[in-house]
Amino acid sequence: MTETNYLLRLLKDFPLVEEHRPWARRIVDFDAWMNIIEVLAVSDWDFLGLWAERQTQDNDRFQIHMSLRDAENTTVVVITLPLDGLSYPAVSGVRPGAARLERVVADLYGLVALGAEDMRPWLDHGRWLVNHPMAEAEAREVVPFGYDFLTADSEQALHQIPVGPVHAGIIEPGHFRFHANGETVVRLEERLGYVHKGVQALMEGKTVQEAAKLAGRLSGDSTVAHALAFVQAAEAAVGIEAPPRAVWLRAIMAEIERVANHLGDFGAVCNDAAFALMLSHAMTLKEKLQRMSHHVFGHRLMMDRIIPGGVAVDINKEAARHIMAAAREVRKGFQRLSDLYDDTPSLLDRTVGSGITMASLAHRFGTGGVVARAAGRAIDARKNPGYAPYGELDFDVPIEIDGDVHCRLMIRAAEIKESLALIERFTDGLPTGPLTRALPRHAGEGMALVEGFRGEIMTWLRLDADGLVARCFPRDPSWFQWPLLEACIEGNIVADFPLCNKSFNCSYSGVDL
Amino acid sequence: MTPLLKLLFKALYKGPVTEAAPDRALILELAGQIDAKAKIKLGRSLVVRAVDAGSCNGCELEIHALCNPVYDVERFGIRFAASPRHADVLLVTGTASRNMAEALRRTYDATPGPKWVVAMGDCAIDGGCFKGGYASLDGIDKVVPVDIRVPGCPPTPTELLKALLALLESVS
Repeated sequence: MTETNYLLRLLKDFPLVEEHRPWARRIVDFDAWMNIIEVLAVSDWDFLGLWAERQTQDNDRFQIHMSLRDAENTTVVVITLPLDGLSYPAVSGVRPGAARLERVVADLYGLVALGAEDMRPWLDHGRWLVNHPMAEAEAREVVPFGYDFLTADSEQALHQIPVGPVHAGIIEPGHFRFHANGETVVRLEERLGYVHKGVQALMEGKTVQEAAKLAGRLSGDSTVAHALAFVQAAEAAVGIEAPPRAVWLRAIMAEIERVANHLGDFGAVCNDAAFALMLSHAMTLKEKLQRMSHHVFGHRLMMDRIIPGGVAVDINKEAARHIMAAAREVRKGFQRLSDLYDDTPSLLDRTVGSGITMASLAHRFGTGGVVARAAGRAIDARKNPGYAPYGELDFDVPIEIDGDVHCRLMIRAAEIKESLALIERFTDGLPTGPLTRALPRHAGEGMALVEGFRGEIMTWLRLDADGLVARCFPRDPSWFQWPLLEACIEGNIVADFPLCNKSFNCSYSGVDL
Repeated sequence: MTPLLKLLFKALYKGPVTEAAPDRALILELAGQIDAKAKIKLGRSLVVRAVDAGSCNGCELEIHALCNPVYDVERFGIRFAASPRHADVLLVTGTASRNMAEALRRTYDATPGPKWVVAMGDCAIDGGCFKGGYASLDGIDKVVPVDIRVPGCPPTPTELLKALLALLESVS
């Protein structure tokens, strides 16, 4: 009898929520929640997310949801704990990836994770005019909070290096606090939340069409993937599927987005190792894809092309030829770059062995995407749990085991090639038929797991009786990648931080929400 | 031949990928204006410091694109600096989230005058689709004075380039 089965057996006794699709949601009591935490300490289940909302029956009370996936990647389950008061037992003790999400729940709802080690505010910097904006918001005086950064003790003299929120490059804002011994990093701590725009609150009460636009702006570089996760959740909630042609067009856009971002990252990592030539060439290839996207789909980043029920644009034969030509050109161009990378020892000297992440840590944090696959953790939402049209296709998910900057580049290189092949196959075999299906307006709960270029996006959605968004929780892959960056930089030199950071390329906006 | 040599030979043989800006006549004229006016004010160069004040990072992607060899913004004398102390222009994206307002203000204060502010994208102009939330000030003009607005979600690199050139034109 494995623990996996034990957890499933334990859950089976609790009521199943009928309108939750496509996976089960079960409502548990306090004792069961405690039991689950205990089981998680020794089981393989992946932690996927944790969020709060008001109870639907009693608007003055709250409930906590946690989503999990079992070790064999076959079952996803949402567990709900209705609360009488304003606290719940913390999950972060057994799944450290939950720590920042618990802090967010405390900031937005005022609900306390009992037993959590870290109770410092996260998104709330003391600069909003209200407390707990998603619960009983109370007006308050604006007094920016101080922040107790973690310390590092040593017999040797350590110094601190504060970086940000405004960084030197053209990137998003966030604060990094280094403790260093000379050039060697002893501890890195991130403080984020600077670009918090309150997107979760803004989504509430919106139509799914309006909310899909916001979902497409959670993280601009993943606009296709986030919009896709949102509309899949919305379609699941009302029990429809988008027409086949729309599903395939969505996949073409998703793969174009993946290739474009991987190209940019490949070039930018090399640039951070002072090899600027690679960035110039990679960005030229990326520009080709963005122009093609503009020509074919009408937007360089393909924002707002994926809509609830289908897609907003169709492609004709000429456009399909355009996509095929761009894919061919990028493949040829990228082959030259990957040859150049392999042939440049001075570059490899910087990337090989830098910023190593351990698979065990990736698992503990529930990390997915490039970061996890470079460290031997084979998860890809397109395969497991899988969604259309990928289920019908045979394609490779590349894996590396060393978990260093070099491996993360190798994963991106392999995925660029694989995704270009997928783009060609999807374009070639595009089914005919309608582009959209009408979305019925009624209540429902839906959930989706979508593989963006960074990794797995989990979106959970509740629609009210009018079909409006009652609650949406979009969980960017960066939630579980940022903490690993803190771990992987330890023992590296400060000068390698940009290299390590870029090789992760976590989203700020995606987690600041 | 090594991969590096192959790439370099190809570049020699095929020439640069950098293209003429959309309207060649307009750009030449604008470039002429850079020469004439910027010589006086800016020493023929415009140094830009990009600040994200609550964007979704879509605008940042297009700023990066502006620096790629196809647009090659540096040929117009426009380049990006790491420090506001070296900047003439702040290129600001995002809604002005409340959590970034002070950092934006301080960046502005750290920029030596004369200085100009470009609001890039719909959210920087008035909050865009993030308007009306508890966490946003709905437009960077609530924090710093804005000289030029570039609408779009996100604006294309060409639109951004035009705006920066137009800014140079107005500097007199």
